[in-house]
Amino acid sequence: MTDGQISLRAAATDARTEPGLVRWIITGLAVLFLTVFVVLPLVLVFAEAFSRGVGAYFSALIEPEGLAAIRLTLLVAAISVALNLVFGLVAAWAITKFDFPGKSFLITLIDLPFSVSPVISGLLFVLLFGMQGFFGPWLQNHGIQILFAVPGIVLATVFVTFPFVARALIPLMQEQGTLEEEAAISLGASGLQTFFRITLPNIKWGVLYGVLLCNARAMGEFGAVSVVSGHIRGETNTMPLLVEILYNEYQFVAAFAIASLLAMLALVTLVVKTILERHLDEGQPVSDD
Amino acid sequence: MTIELKNLVKKFGAFTALDGVDLKIADGELLALLGPSGSGKTTLLRIIAGLDWPDAGEVRFDGENALTRGAGERHVGFVFQHYALFRHMTVFENVAFGLRVQPRAIRKDEAGIRARVKELLDLVQLDWLANRYPSQLSGGQRQRIALARALAIQPRILLLDEPFGALDAKVRKELRRWLRSLHEEINVTSVFVTHDQEEALEVANRVVVMDKGRIEQIGTPAEVYDRPATAFVHSFIGESVVLPVNVSGGQVWVGDQALNIKPNGAAPGPSQLFVRRHDMQVAPPGGGLRGSVRYLRTFGAVQRADIALTAGDGETLIEIDTPRDRPLQIGEVVELQPTRFRIFSA
Repeated sequence: MTDGQISLRAAATDARTEPGLVRWIITGLAVLFLTVFVVLPLVLVFAEAFSRGVGAYFSALIEPEGLAAIRLTLLVAAISVALNLVFGLVAAWAITKFDFPGKSFLITLIDLPFSVSPVISGLLFVLLFGMQGFFGPWLQNHGIQILFAVPGIVLATVFVTFPFVARALIPLMQEQGTLEEEAAISLGASGLQTFFRITLPNIKWGVLYGVLLCNARAMGEFGAVSVVSGHIRGETNTMPLLVEILYNEYQFVAAFAIASLLAMLALVTLVVKTILERHLDEGQPVSDD
Repeated sequence: MTIELKNLVKKFGAFTALDGVDLKIADGELLALLGPSGSGKTTLLRIIAGLDWPDAGEVRFDGENALTRGAGERHVGFVFQHYALFRHMTVFENVAFGLRVQPRAIRKDEAGIRARVKELLDLVQLDWLANRYPSQLSGGQRQRIALARALAIQPRILLLDEPFGALDAKVRKELRRWLRSLHEEINVTSVFVTHDQEEALEVANRVVVMDKGRIEQIGTPAEVYDRPATAFVHSFIGESVVLPVNVSGGQVWVGDQALNIKPNGAAPGPSQLFVRRHDMQVAPPGGGLRGSVRYLRTFGAVQRADIALTAGDGETLIEIDTPRDRPLQIGEVVELQPTRFRIFSA
């Protein structure tokens, strides 16, 4: 066939095509790297978790300590995601729809948790609310427990995860501008109608994207939470903290069973993230002719 | 509805967008705001719409203060330069938006909304696109949908920001004609902003020429073209030949040559003579503008000559059509007689 000949020749003379050997080596290296550093650990987590059979796996998960950790992690993630969703929307709205002095400073502040080590973030709350801390004595006099309790864990998690939603929305909203909102307002829509009918539908994939990453981090956070939690068994241990404790106590099946849940969370996040990214690309503004 | 603007001032930081604008817009008028970019015309439009607020001045609709009302309460139809269609809604929902967000007390029921949207889509002749999304439309179609959406709320004024700016030349011409006939049909007071003089002169009943935040001239298209009030209007509208001259002793001088034209009341001193290309004729010697023929082409009944006028420091090259019964030679020095001209002090 002439078609086949032409495409063969085109392939052979394509300037971008490297010799076969080079292609194999490069691809092989990439696959090898991913296998050693990503696939193998993932497989090992599940292999260890199921090493004494399915029964042992599930009984490890329904241990009171395990259940408490799962419950606490879900609770903390739910609260931090909800708070950061509101905060992220408000911050992105303010930054993209209004001009005010100190705007770039605010953007820098939002990024702060990304550039600070999580352990420092945790210590920050110890300094604020600990016994020797800023608010410590006052809190103790009023019988309010923040450190080594759920509120402290929530605070640390909120701090560590607050850039996610805002960061996902700011570039998106900057690109979209305010024209559609202006059009809606001039057509008689109220502020709330404009937000729910115009702004939110335009940024919904960005919101979901931010929430997804925020949630993944909130559930997986170790450093900051470890500092403020106090590691009280069955009370202030989140899943990542429990994994460490169980592992140190040589309860490998239990440790890896909990770890396998976190690994699955990561896999689901990855899949959903890919889907959301596709939608985000589709949602680009209408271009002019 | 009539619109009255009194002494509007608007500053953006150090930039003065509007510097004391007074304007009265009559009921049912189709008015063009014409000016170069940065002249303040879009700012003026946005202030009328309630999308921007003046630092000083008044905006009155039918004599009533409009500045106490937000954009949503002014019943103004605004068509944005890039249309600003709601990208996540179909064409139908875009047009229906203004009807759906009305307070419950006056909102139409679903059947009423459908009927009204259908009526509007028929008006802009795009009813067959009702279920498409904005990204699936051509520029001209988007423009007409944006117009239908603005008309849905039965606006008292229609404001259009560069309505044809983003379209290609052919579609632009069609839409111009269509907009004018639409205006005759619905007869709502309309103001559009443009930087394209041809558009303003062709479509509008009245043209407001703006520059640097001020109104330079208000008049019918014929008035601003034939009797420009300022040097800026003369050079902005139509092609003009501008020559440095001097007015003294009731005469107009180019260098040391007195021209046989009257100063027409221009103040004595250094001035600028504005003439349009087609308002000059080759004349027998005696007080015309002197220039030498550089290049000649003939076709049909005309010969076209490039003539280099010498005035002031440099040369001004102009292109002129003359009848063939007065043959010209390359290099020949001829005199051009301005038949219609304006003199503004420099």
